[in-house]
Amino acid sequence: MAMITFDMSAALPELVLACLAMILLMVGVFRGESSAPTVLGLSVASLVIVFLLVSLDRGATGIAFGGLFMVDRYGNFMKGLVLVGAIVTLIMSRRYCEEEQIQRFEYSVLMLFATLGMLMMVSANDLISLYVGLELQSLSLYVVAAIRRDNLRSTEAGLKYFVLGALSSGLLLYGCSMIYGFAGTTSFPALAEVFAGIPAGEAPSFGLIVGMVFLISGLAFKVSAVPFHMWTPDVYEGAPTPVTAFFATAPKVAAMALLIRVMMGPFGDLVGQWQQILVFVSIASMVVGAFAAIAQTNIKRLMAYSSIGHIGYALVGLAAGTEEGVRGVIFYLTIYIVMNLGTFGCILSMRRTGVMLENIEDLKGLSKTSPMMALALMIFMFSMAGIPPLAGFLGKFYVFMAAIHAGLYALAVIGVLSSVVGAFYYMRIIKFMYFDEAVEPFEGPIGRDMALILTASSAIILLLFAFPGPVLEGAAAAAASLIAG
Amino acid sequence: MSTWPVLSLVTFLPLVGAVFILAIRGDADVVARNARFVALWTSLATFVMSLFIWFGFERGTAEFQFVEKAVWFPGYNIDYHMGVDGISMLFVMLSTLLTPLCVLASWDAIRVRVKEYMVAFLVLETLMVGMFCALDFVLFYFFYEGVLIPMFLIIGIWGGERRVYSAFKFFLFTLAGSVLLFLALLAMYFEVGTTDVPTMLEHGFPAGMQTWLWLALFASFAVKVPMWPVHTWLPDAHVEAPTAGSVILAGVLLKMGGYGFVRFSVPMLPLASEFFTPLVFVLSVMAILYTSLVALAQEDMKKLIAYSSVAHMGMVTLGTFTVTQQGLEGAMFQMLSHGVVSAALFLIVGVIYDRMHTRLIARYDGLVERMPVYALFFMIFMLASVGLPGTSGFVGEFLVLVGLFQVNTWAALLATGGMILGAAYMLYLYRRIIFGVMTKPDLKAILDLSPREALVFAPLLALVFWMGIYPMSFLDIMSASVANIVDSHQAALLQAPGRSFASLFSLSQ
Repeated sequence: MAMITFDMSAALPELVLACLAMILLMVGVFRGESSAPTVLGLSVASLVIVFLLVSLDRGATGIAFGGLFMVDRYGNFMKGLVLVGAIVTLIMSRRYCEEEQIQRFEYSVLMLFATLGMLMMVSANDLISLYVGLELQSLSLYVVAAIRRDNLRSTEAGLKYFVLGALSSGLLLYGCSMIYGFAGTTSFPALAEVFAGIPAGEAPSFGLIVGMVFLISGLAFKVSAVPFHMWTPDVYEGAPTPVTAFFATAPKVAAMALLIRVMMGPFGDLVGQWQQILVFVSIASMVVGAFAAIAQTNIKRLMAYSSIGHIGYALVGLAAGTEEGVRGVIFYLTIYIVMNLGTFGCILSMRRTGVMLENIEDLKGLSKTSPMMALALMIFMFSMAGIPPLAGFLGKFYVFMAAIHAGLYALAVIGVLSSVVGAFYYMRIIKFMYFDEAVEPFEGPIGRDMALILTASSAIILLLFAFPGPVLEGAAAAAASLIAG
Repeated sequence: MSTWPVLSLVTFLPLVGAVFILAIRGDADVVARNARFVALWTSLATFVMSLFIWFGFERGTAEFQFVEKAVWFPGYNIDYHMGVDGISMLFVMLSTLLTPLCVLASWDAIRVRVKEYMVAFLVLETLMVGMFCALDFVLFYFFYEGVLIPMFLIIGIWGGERRVYSAFKFFLFTLAGSVLLFLALLAMYFEVGTTDVPTMLEHGFPAGMQTWLWLALFASFAVKVPMWPVHTWLPDAHVEAPTAGSVILAGVLLKMGGYGFVRFSVPMLPLASEFFTPLVFVLSVMAILYTSLVALAQEDMKKLIAYSSVAHMGMVTLGTFTVTQQGLEGAMFQMLSHGVVSAALFLIVGVIYDRMHTRLIARYDGLVERMPVYALFFMIFMLASVGLPGTSGFVGEFLVLVGLFQVNTWAALLATGGMILGAAYMLYLYRRIIFGVMTKPDLKAILDLSPREALVFAPLLALVFWMGIYPMSFLDIMSASVANIVDSHQAALLQAPGRSFASLFSLSQ
């Protein structure tokens, strides 16, 4: 019996963000286009406020909106990651917006609403609130992807994203209705009770399984896992680069957080049913991510395949279906988000005679023309390839640890072997930067905020191995709270 | 026993130097000169520091010494655990000795990006030393894999014409092997509950599991050693790497594979090691005979020495898997000797490469006319490589063969045949380059060794004779640890149930 309360304090960060976003929308509407830089700055400030609210760990778990919304340490940790992603990408997009003439206040406001949707997703405790959060996020992102209205590629990206996204939302909704139809409830705790009531050795009803498969498919689309990844390269390439950076970080984490919560929470007792699906999805993502990226020449497309691969590795942990696995995924995502923000920081600094560059070949000789940026990018690339002592290796270490413990040997072997293939294309970027002769230098300087972001993220990636304790403990506490709750 | 953390100091001192070099600013020439000096003094200081290990090391015990331990991953039983025993200590010395020599050898040869070059070498030294000192499997793996990063850059940035191809081949070959080691490491972690090496050494792994673990470890170490048929990255990497890169590659990096066998495969997985010994013998004998023949046909000096490295490392794997006192000591000694001799031979090639910028044998003849001192040095190292009594090469090969003869006569016979081939290709190389009449006009003006170059060779020369004439100072250090491995190996085999091929498929038990 769900207790109905009017206590909304659990959802305080989300409420604050919603109000601030609407206020900024008003500011933009009444002050016109010229207010765009102000709105951008204020958006960053609002996100920082929300981040502080989230990180004030209020300890106990809380419920709001009659059980639709759930706050726990797991949620707070993931929200922190989402907010970091959003804050950093907004800061990074400042210069891009100035130089590419997309000074629209809608950009920052939509980013705020998308972030709000993600926070909702992370805290969803019911199929209804799951869908509401997901759609708020998706609808905002469809528009942001096409924010450069006069650019063919950008509008194409937005349209593709919308059509395929709508399809996946349809799948998701269909799955939800099947589940509701066969279980009689949409609430996560109630669903968990229903599944726990199934006697051991007996399969749940066929309709429930079909519903669950549809639900997983819809979510797999959002995390861009193979075979629902087709939109990713085109959207990444077409969308404005800061938006791509955003796509690669915050929504990925939010969707993964949601997927983990759904799988481990209501469907936690059906591990035997969904494990094989996730094992397949994970293997497919790792392999496709590794092989398809080899032939790419555009660095944004390459990052798209790279993110598909990384999601595959993160899913290795989830496929284990244990608390250890969840901890591994959380740890992996934390590192993933830092690596990606840093890498996109470098990509956003690739600019020559006022034009953004996107070809990998444009990086030729970067180690001579701007050694510090090359060093940072090299650190990110080695980290993504998973070479110790860089942080990317630690992430892989924990997800594969969970997989081995759960006895998923085949998954682990295919995973590490595809990481060798993946290493090839990361090394290729290093080859261009370090082994090839320099072409023209990029336009400098990259700006103080960007330099700070690059320094901070590369320092974290480089030195995390020496002090893994705090992040590990945070991830462990988050995973424990998810399993307990 | 000293209370201050010698091993950590030796391991991380080079990093301090690297940070200093990174901080150097100013005019390109000044930066290059300062970078060279900082690198030289740092590596020399590291060597001096490592002498404390040599003198403070207690002989005649198999215990780990200079042990340091600190919590690393809280709650996982994965710790920062360092220590050396008779097996690892000498490799630490080898690494700290070769690095300053490499810096000296690159003094004039490296003219572009000197700063980055020196940083790469110092980082490499940290990783090498750390790897031999690590007493935690995860820590070991960090260093073991981390070595790939600086080596990839050294080959790729400062290498020859086909450097990109070679760098990628080196990186991907070794990485492919290492990832399987990584999975084995995780499986062993769950079996033992910790990655602490001394604890793992005492743990008896189930027989069925050992087979799989052994294969995974073998995939990694065999690529690193390298064993036939996964040796193909080595000639490419050696040919394209700058001289000092080849020196480190042959001198230390190959030993990481051999060290892995001695430290992990043989003592931790005795049953599987016994089971797979025939495989190792076959592959090693193939390596010795095949690569020796291939070496005979080489036109490129570096490639020839690279193939000879594969053959010499074949002796190492043979000796290791005899698991006898003589065989193991011989394998260890052969690794140390090869570390010195092959490093010296690559430096020898580097000397004339710096002058003529070609490594083709056909471009040289009659060098003894113009370079008598060089010819003498070359001859001594060449004969050490062949295994002439009185040089270091003899002791290692002799001990390996003694050990091998007790275990498998045929393998011993074929390996001895390989040694004859070894003498053939080295003497043939020497005759073509040094002897004969100098007919090439551009060689007429070639200069003999400079004092700096002679200084690089002096310590290696001394070591070759020291190890050859009085090997006890080195065998003393390792004998207790080796005896320990042999004893526990015998004990494990006595307890073991009968082995059959069917146990290959019993992982699920």
